[in-house]
Amino acid sequence: MDNQGLTLLNRIKDSDIYFSFIKSPTAIVTAIILLIIFFCSFFVEIVAPFNPFDPSSLSLMDAFTPPSWSEDGVTKFFLGTDGQGRDMLSTILYGSRISLIVGFSAILFSLVLGVTLGLTAGYFGGKYEMVVMRFTDVQLTVPSILMALLVDGIARGIISKELHNEMAIYVLIFAIGISEWPQFARVSRAATLVEKNKDYVSASTIIGVSNITIMFKHILPNILRPILVIGTIGLALAIITESTLSFLGVGVPPTTPSLGTLIRIGNDFLFSGEWWITFFPAIFLVILAFSINLLGDWMRDTLNPKLN
Amino acid sequence: MLVVAFVSFSLFTFVGDPINNMVGEETSDEERAELRETLGLNDPVYVQFSRFVINASQGEFGISYQLRRPVSDLISERLPATLELVIISALIALTSGTLLGVYTGINRKGFLSDTILAISLLGVSLPTFVIGILFIYLFAVILGILPSFGRGEVVDLGFWSTGFLTISGIKAIILPSVTLSLFQMTYIIRLVRAEMMEILQTDYIKFARARGINEKSIHYKHALKNGLIPVITIAGINIGTLIAFSIITETVFQWPGMGFLFIQAVKFVDIPIMSAYLVFIAFVFVMINFIVDILYYFIDPRIRVKAEAVSG
Amino acid sequence: MSFLKINNLSVDYEMRRETVYAAKNVNIDVNRGEILGLVGESGSGKSTVGNAIINLIDEPGKISNGSIVLDGINILEDPENIAKYRGKKIGLIFQDPQTSLNPILTIGEQLIETIQTHLNLNTDDARSKATNLLKEVGIKDAEIRFNNYPHQFSGGMRQRVVISLALCCEPELLIADEPTTALDVSIQSQILDLIKRLTKERNLAVILITHDMGVIAETTDRVAVMKNGDLVEIGPTKEILTKPKEIYTRSLISSVPPTNKKISRFKIIEKENKSQSDTNIKILNRWVKKEISNKDLVQVKNLSKTFDDSFFTESSKNSVMAVNDVSFNIKEGQSFGLVGESGSGKSTIAKMIVNLFRPSSGEIYFNDICITKIKSNKEMMKFRKQIQMIFQDPYSSLNGRLKVKDIVSEPIKLHNPSISSIDLDNYINDLLESVELSRQSANRYPHEFSGGQRQRISIARALATQPRLLVCDEPTSALDVSIQAQILNLLKDLQEQLNLTILFISHDLPVVRQMCDRIAVLKNGKLCEVALTEDLFVKPTHNYTKELLTLMPKIESIYN
Repeated sequence: MDNQGLTLLNRIKDSDIYFSFIKSPTAIVTAIILLIIFFCSFFVEIVAPFNPFDPSSLSLMDAFTPPSWSEDGVTKFFLGTDGQGRDMLSTILYGSRISLIVGFSAILFSLVLGVTLGLTAGYFGGKYEMVVMRFTDVQLTVPSILMALLVDGIARGIISKELHNEMAIYVLIFAIGISEWPQFARVSRAATLVEKNKDYVSASTIIGVSNITIMFKHILPNILRPILVIGTIGLALAIITESTLSFLGVGVPPTTPSLGTLIRIGNDFLFSGEWWITFFPAIFLVILAFSINLLGDWMRDTLNPKLN
Repeated sequence: MLVVAFVSFSLFTFVGDPINNMVGEETSDEERAELRETLGLNDPVYVQFSRFVINASQGEFGISYQLRRPVSDLISERLPATLELVIISALIALTSGTLLGVYTGINRKGFLSDTILAISLLGVSLPTFVIGILFIYLFAVILGILPSFGRGEVVDLGFWSTGFLTISGIKAIILPSVTLSLFQMTYIIRLVRAEMMEILQTDYIKFARARGINEKSIHYKHALKNGLIPVITIAGINIGTLIAFSIITETVFQWPGMGFLFIQAVKFVDIPIMSAYLVFIAFVFVMINFIVDILYYFIDPRIRVKAEAVSG
Repeated sequence: MSFLKINNLSVDYEMRRETVYAAKNVNIDVNRGEILGLVGESGSGKSTVGNAIINLIDEPGKISNGSIVLDGINILEDPENIAKYRGKKIGLIFQDPQTSLNPILTIGEQLIETIQTHLNLNTDDARSKATNLLKEVGIKDAEIRFNNYPHQFSGGMRQRVVISLALCCEPELLIADEPTTALDVSIQSQILDLIKRLTKERNLAVILITHDMGVIAETTDRVAVMKNGDLVEIGPTKEILTKPKEIYTRSLISSVPPTNKKISRFKIIEKENKSQSDTNIKILNRWVKKEISNKDLVQVKNLSKTFDDSFFTESSKNSVMAVNDVSFNIKEGQSFGLVGESGSGKSTIAKMIVNLFRPSSGEIYFNDICITKIKSNKEMMKFRKQIQMIFQDPYSSLNGRLKVKDIVSEPIKLHNPSISSIDLDNYINDLLESVELSRQSANRYPHEFSGGQRQRISIARALATQPRLLVCDEPTSALDVSIQAQILNLLKDLQEQLNLTILFISHDLPVVRQMCDRIAVLKNGKLCEVALTEDLFVKPTHNYTKELLTLMPKIESIYN
């Protein structure tokens, strides 16, 4: 068993992917940035200087403090405070945690749903495949924002207001997840079709291996590459979608603000000159999305067998 | 289309009690029952559905819960705003996106290409609303040269109101349309680039080179024509996405279009508007797909001319 | 002085981790009116040399050394001017006619464009020149077909169009890179004849790049042999083929399956795995060897298979009858060959026998039991043990994500679920040694092996369940000829020692002659002839068989 782990590590070390990773400064830098962000978000209670949700620690006297490097700033509030005296840095960190949780969960949900449907559709073919593909085609013409809005809207209508606030995050995850699954399904199916025609699948069939085993032991590992690329880019998209929805006011409830909510709140103060309240959350969001996209792009280039 | 109508209809009927939404809490039970009768809500489901479809095809969607006005009026008021915005954005995104995509596809290395690509990656990472806010801050607050909200003066042409004929109208459309187009433009750039790069690797390009055809011809005559075929599909989906994203842009710029209307509807669970919007969107998408299919037929000879392989 | 003289040509590819020397100091010359064959196995560098002549080397490759002198001028000196030579003085054609033509332009447009790039003709003159050219390469109704799109031509016709495009500006040198490899034997001979005719009529200098020795023997005047980037030998074809000087050349020639006689084993001069000893089939210890009866092990009766539209993209018909009322029997212990060109249905029949899909009509009997009627999975499993298959493409027949031992153990574990892990390991090792692979191979991944070695792994996997029938679907068509010889020898040995019955499918007649006792010839899904091998080759009865035998390129023709 030890041997297995070691050989896996060795295999990764020897692989082309690792090689390109080491050689590519962009990949390393983005990976580091992302790791820092993830770490801070998940250990936010330790990392953040203040807890912005604790009303006792807030004081209106501190409200509207500009960032520490400007004239009226103080070092205590590194990026300044908002209209209620909350430290910007802390709120951003808490907010990014929400954004990340929603983003990851949504894309995970999408991935599992989409890959399962796409894989089985491509493998079994026939009417089942036709039906699944029709669904994906139809849904692909609907932009994901719209889809997420619709699902959210319907949910609001069905669930009562109080329950909705509690469940908002789950509804949101479901809404965004539902809007992204067709991409995974489409890619999985296309890749499955290619693999299905390869002889090693025929060989296993002739041996008598069951369909499920073939799909998950043989085909799935071989179609992971394009799925991974789409997954990364989808993650960035999910995060942006969530922040957009929150910005529009139909995302996470105000009790658990995400980066999008923060930007919306800050927007109101933009014209009166307190630019930092909206600016910093926005920059953070962009850095997050940009790093993920960059990494995804690098992955796509490295994992593409044609361009070499 | 029928599927969409059914979905709309179910929204209408089953999601929440329409009466509750329409009237205040104080209305007595008697009055509610009366209203129910007038609206025909006591009729069996299939009767209601067919009534819905008939009404819908005539553009009649009922009355907005929240605003107390006929939905069709609301839509026709807002439609021109959204459409003008979408059309301009589409033009910007498609033309610049294709041009830049072709350029970076052909010139794979080089400073300009790399810069364009880096910016395009940034564009995909910037949510539309952030761009919008940034623009407003930059151009309206700091520079003060462009308006930050509204449509400016519009000219009423009977069934259509246009902002193109006034200077303030044109000024007003600049920021929103550029904001809206940015996300799509970056997407198109990357797509066209990927297409071009793939085509330039094919055997027939290699063979054309082997015959001495000059690079310019190869790029524009051979590669580009083949590359445009998939772009057409994308252009179709693009317009759909633009309409969706216009929701965001309209909110940021307070542009009085259908998207803004829809968001309010979702917030207040205003079902008639939601279902009307749905039907409308579906209609637009079906039309777009149809047009794309027709275009494909004209452009790709493999579809147009059936393969009658003559052996010998 | 030679028309084309290549001096000390070296081409390097700088890859991620190492530099590959695709061509090393190659010296070749060609004269007008002669066809020079450039032959070698995969990785020999023959295509690289062809591409280098017109500077079509893609990045990361580059010409690192040497000169190419065409008609007295060193064309490498001025790389920018190379474009002038392309098409005008040098014509190049590729292997696959399907992908060589731009699908959205008519062939007329592509012809006129090429003509007007190099020659100063107005559109009408260009048009008539192009039409005449089409006639010259043998395309009927040239005026009408001028306005057709590439997808409206069949494979052979398309290659003719490609040739016309390469020649339309009257080049003096033609480079043909595997021009007939993707075509059927009957079309192949037509295209080769066309090239020979054009060489004479236009006094062309021609470089014909191929891996097929038979083609070399029948078409070329002189031949250059390459291996791993080096030029091994060059000289008149007759001399090189009858009295080769170098070991590699001799090994190459002796690996080619003779077309005029049956031999028991291929002579191997250079073995692939240096550590190979003579075949030591260790799994013999475990093999329950059945006595060979004189019965038919396999009976195929009136087998038919129709595919509907979704399987074929080009045909405008609604359904295709891939297999049409085919019947034959295979005796136990025999080697039975199924021969045909593409579209003959041979692969489809094989796939029905291993139950990859069901026939539309007809029955298949194995050991007197009708396997096409079996419905339950359990019943089917019993037969799956006894019928196994090896495939054509060594790269797609192994799951790249699994180690060799997992690939080979899959059938074992499925059919013997209670086998202990020590037993399993031993069995795997025995299997690997029986196919002449080392024990250490078990822990490696497929991509660490060459094509020939991968086929051996496939064979090991197929033998794991101790099958009685081994179906071989073009098992060596994708391999170099020297590797092919070794794999075929291996199969022969295995058959003999394990009393296997073999169904051998191929389009390559000489190979089938060496491997099989009886042969069935198929054309377009129909059975043309079934006979004992020697009878088929010496006294063919069906016209199609006679045609195939006449047209196939024979290396022995050099002796005429």
